[in-house]
Amino acid sequence: MAHEHKLEIFRGLIKFKSNIQKIWGVLLLLSIVTAVEVALGIIKPDFLTQSYFLGMKLLNWIFIILTLVKAYYITWDFMHMRDEKSSLRRVVVWTPIFLVAYLVFILLFEGTYIFQVFKDGFLSWNF
Amino acid sequence: MDATVTTGSDENVWGGGNRPLGASYGKLMMWFFIVSDALTFSGFLAAYGFSRFKFMETWPIADEVFTHVPFFHGNYPMYYVAFMTFVLIMSSVTMVLAVDAGHKMKKNAVIWYMFATIIGGLIFVGSQAWEWATFIKGDFGALETKGGRILQFVNAETGERAAIADFAKVIPGERTLHENSNGIWYQEEGTRTTFNLNEVVEGFKANPGLLIRTETITEEGEKTLLNRQESLDKLTQAVRVVEGANLIRNEYGSRLFADFFFFITGFHGFHVFSGVVINIIIFFNVILGTYERRGHYEMVEKVGLYWHFVDLVWVFVFTFFYLV
Repeated sequence: MAHEHKLEIFRGLIKFKSNIQKIWGVLLLLSIVTAVEVALGIIKPDFLTQSYFLGMKLLNWIFIILTLVKAYYITWDFMHMRDEKSSLRRVVVWTPIFLVAYLVFILLFEGTYIFQVFKDGFLSWNF
Repeated sequence: MDATVTTGSDENVWGGGNRPLGASYGKLMMWFFIVSDALTFSGFLAAYGFSRFKFMETWPIADEVFTHVPFFHGNYPMYYVAFMTFVLIMSSVTMVLAVDAGHKMKKNAVIWYMFATIIGGLIFVGSQAWEWATFIKGDFGALETKGGRILQFVNAETGERAAIADFAKVIPGERTLHENSNGIWYQEEGTRTTFNLNEVVEGFKANPGLLIRTETITEEGEKTLLNRQESLDKLTQAVRVVEGANLIRNEYGSRLFADFFFFITGFHGFHVFSGVVINIIIFFNVILGTYERRGHYEMVEKVGLYWHFVDLVWVFVFTFFYLV
C-alpha cells in the first residue's frame, strides 16, 4: 500500500539504501540459510543427530528454526509485512500461529501415544 | 494507493470510512485467503507429522528416497530439491521486483520481471512433475510382506542397494490372462511387475551376497540390515513384488509416506500451477496497459502476495518432507 519501505533488517543492524537493494540482500540471506540446511542435511553431523532436546534431534530443531527464519523474511520483506500496520500484522501472523501450535501439539501427542500402543500393546503389525 | 472502488457517500466512520488495517479491500481479501490456505496446509503437514510419529521407527528416510538429479546417474540426495527451492525463491525475488517497478509505474520493467517470474514457476512445476515421475517409477524394487511391510535388498559386500532386476531369476512358466469371461467379471487384470515373487525369491537364494533390509530404523538412524540366515527366514513372509510407488503401496517403505507425498506436494504443485496461470493473466494485462490506465499496479501486488505465499509453503514442505 504505502510507497515508503522500511529498509532496515536485523533490527536496524543492516540498513539498505533502496528497496531493490533490500530485496537482493534478503535473497542472499535466504540462499545462505537454504545452503546451510542442505549442507547439514547431507553431512548430518553426529553431534547433532545424537543429541536430543525435548525428544527431538538437535538437527531437526535447527532445521525447523531455520525454516521459521526463512518464513519470517519471506513474509516481512517479500510480502511487505514490515510496511503494514501492526494491527494487520498481528491479525495475520498470530491467528495461524496460535491455531497451528495447538493442532500440532494435539496431533503429535496423539501420534506418540499410538506409537506406544503399537510398540508395547498386544498388537502385531510389523510382520 | 487507494482502494479501486470508492462510492463517496460512505466515507464516515460507521459507513465504512474507517480503515483500521490501512490496506485496500483487495489486499485484505488476499490476506484472508492466505491465512485460510495456510491453515489448510498446516492441517496437511500436521497430519503428516501425526502419521510419522505413529510410525516413528519405520518411516522411510527421505535421503534414500529422493536421490536423483536429471541427466546424472548416481546417488545425489537433496541436490535437486535444493535447486527447486532456489528456483522458487528466485522467482519470488523477480515478483517482488515487479511489484517495486509497479510502484514506480515502470511498465516495461514490470513486464520483464513478471515474465521471469512465470518462467521460474514453470521450471518449478516441471521439476516437480519429473520428481513425481521418478518417484512413481521407483529404482530398486522391493518385496512386501503379509503385514504390508517392505523388504529391500542390499549387496553385502558394497553395502549398496541391490535392484531386483539384477538378481531375479527368469523362470519360464505358463500364465493365464485374467479375462471377464474366465475370471471374476468385476476384477481387473491389474498391472504386473517385471518379475514375479517366485523369481525374486529364487534369485535371492541363488545369490549368497545379498541381504535384506527391513523398515525398522536402528539407534544410529539407519535401516536394519538382517544377516543372511535372518534374511532367508524373512523371505518366506513376502507375498508380492513392489516396483515404484502409488497410492496403495510403495517400494520405499510405509505406504502413508507415498500418500502424503502425492497429496501435499500435489496440492502445493497445484497452487504453483494456478499461480503461474494467474501470473500469465496479469502479465498480459500489464502488456495491454490496463494498470497504466488504472493509475496503479496494485493487482501485481496482490498476485505477488499469492506467489510469495506459495514460496512460503514450499519452505515448510521442503523442511518437513526432505530435511527433518
